[in-house]
Amino acid sequence: MGVLYLVPIYCGEARDMVAPLAARLASVFRLRVEQHPPAFDPELAFDPARGQYNSRLLLAQLLNQQAPGATRILGVAGVDLFIPVLTYVFGEAQLDGQAAVVSTYRLDAQLYGLPANRELLFQRLVKEAVHELGHTYNLVHCHRPGCVMLSSPYVEGIDQKSEQFCDACLRSLRQAG
Amino acid sequence: MATTSGRILIVDDEFSVRDSLYHWFRKDGFQVQSAENAAAALKVLQDQRFDVILLDIKMPGMDGMELQQHIQQIDPRAAVIMITAFASVDTAVRALKQGAFDYVTKPIDPDELSHLVLRALEQLRLREENTQLRETIDGLVAVDEIVGDSPPMRKVLELVEHVAKTDATVLILGESGTGKEVIARAIHANSRRRYFPVVAVNCGALPESLLESELFGHEKGAFTGAQFRRKGKIEMADGGTLFLDEVGAINTKMQVDLLRVLETKEVTRIGGGRPIKVDFRVVCATNEDLEAAVREGRFREDFYYRINVFTIDLPPLRARRGDIPALANHFMHRFAAQMDKRITQISPEALELLNAYDWPGNVRELSNAIERAMVVGTPPAIRPEDLPLRKPIRSDVPSDQSLAEMEKRHIAAVLERAGGNVTQAAEILKVDRVTVYNKIKKYGLRT
Repeated sequence: MGVLYLVPIYCGEARDMVAPLAARLASVFRLRVEQHPPAFDPELAFDPARGQYNSRLLLAQLLNQQAPGATRILGVAGVDLFIPVLTYVFGEAQLDGQAAVVSTYRLDAQLYGLPANRELLFQRLVKEAVHELGHTYNLVHCHRPGCVMLSSPYVEGIDQKSEQFCDACLRSLRQAG
Repeated sequence: MATTSGRILIVDDEFSVRDSLYHWFRKDGFQVQSAENAAAALKVLQDQRFDVILLDIKMPGMDGMELQQHIQQIDPRAAVIMITAFASVDTAVRALKQGAFDYVTKPIDPDELSHLVLRALEQLRLREENTQLRETIDGLVAVDEIVGDSPPMRKVLELVEHVAKTDATVLILGESGTGKEVIARAIHANSRRRYFPVVAVNCGALPESLLESELFGHEKGAFTGAQFRRKGKIEMADGGTLFLDEVGAINTKMQVDLLRVLETKEVTRIGGGRPIKVDFRVVCATNEDLEAAVREGRFREDFYYRINVFTIDLPPLRARRGDIPALANHFMHRFAAQMDKRITQISPEALELLNAYDWPGNVRELSNAIERAMVVGTPPAIRPEDLPLRKPIRSDVPSDQSLAEMEKRHIAAVLERAGGNVTQAAEILKVDRVTVYNKIKKYGLRT
């Protein structure tokens, strides 16, 4: 059985969600999940001009992390992520690669002026983590309604999909795994 | 996985932008390429085509605005989205005036970017669908051109109606200009395949090597000059009708390949290894005597029997003279509308001329004659002098007349024209006067 390294990065209040997330991911991806602190300085990915963290740099650092035996590595961040040309991203992954990163920052209802909703935040985090890890299995965005691989560039889009793969994506995932 | 298909080119001098967008679009299922400057982009565009091109305006060397103009020349089909770090209304307006699809400022909202690209692809799809529908409609309109109520044409139309409902291969025989393609389109328009394309190939108009790639398509690099992968006409006719005009011009080697395609309904592009399933109906046409060609070994017997399932023999125009007035009127109205000319009649003298002519070029020649008359003529009617036919070429001599009778009639006519003057008649007939006198005596003609 392969191993998924879960690396919390500035998780803040979402820290206690990492363990239940690990359990979900273990069942979906049939991997043994281990938690490890970051073996790098996440500040290296900080862009002071934008006040955000560059997710591509975080991915590069995650890949450099000493992870003996890890088949996948997922960073779980509580900070705002971006890629240079876009204003923000919820997460990022290497397509057909090893590393992915997700952030709870823009999944939190409070950011949109709504009351805190930890259950909703956890649901969104699970969907985003499954989605980004799906990319590492070479899955691209899917158009089937409800499939977790549906592209969701805005937060309400995440709520419209499930945390499950559609049959076709699941088949591809099992073949790739 | 139900994924997006489409090809995207990213042109930006900043590596981080190219890299980010490359990975972003790859996850959407697109085929993505990137170029770091205009020169690299132009090189990529030499042998690849893209649906969407994201273009940074500010780049060292040739900037995005100039590159966009080149792209318009190379691949006007591509949707260009201009990207800039600094919003400026002037630049945006200029880019849109130059034909850019849209304009965005960095950093871009991910939602906006996704929508923009999907919108560009949707517009592209609609444009292509529109072109295809126009072509289909053009094909359907051609059915109106079947004009004629003569018994031979009524018979042809009955056959068209009968065979259109089936999927049988049809061979249309007829002289050049009799309207074989119009009949092929009529068969298609009345068949269950009418909402799919009718693809016409003139097999006699292309050299053998070109005809092969035209019919079967080719993969990129299959031969010198094959810069892009290209669908063949057979593939393009999927769902519809393939019309092979001048089928007698196809060489025997290609007849074997075509026979295989007709039997298996599978086509393999030149240089490709994968057969592609195609569903189409074949209508062929020729003005050649294919049976003679088979006897002479110029046409394969198996291929001949494969295409000659149902034959429609189109009569020449001289065999359906009764249709000439209706056809002439039809062409007159069509050209009047096209040329915006108020010619609405054909004078009785002009009509007489049209009826008397033999029309070796058939309906096409009649159409050309009327078109010419519409150009030189003046309202309200086409007159004899507007027609490119000055006098009837048709001979009124009955075909069962002997040579002696014909000679007698001709000499009598010349003498009449010369007012009985034997010397003048001899000059016209290019014989001496004695010969004319002898003939007058022999045939008992009066001078």
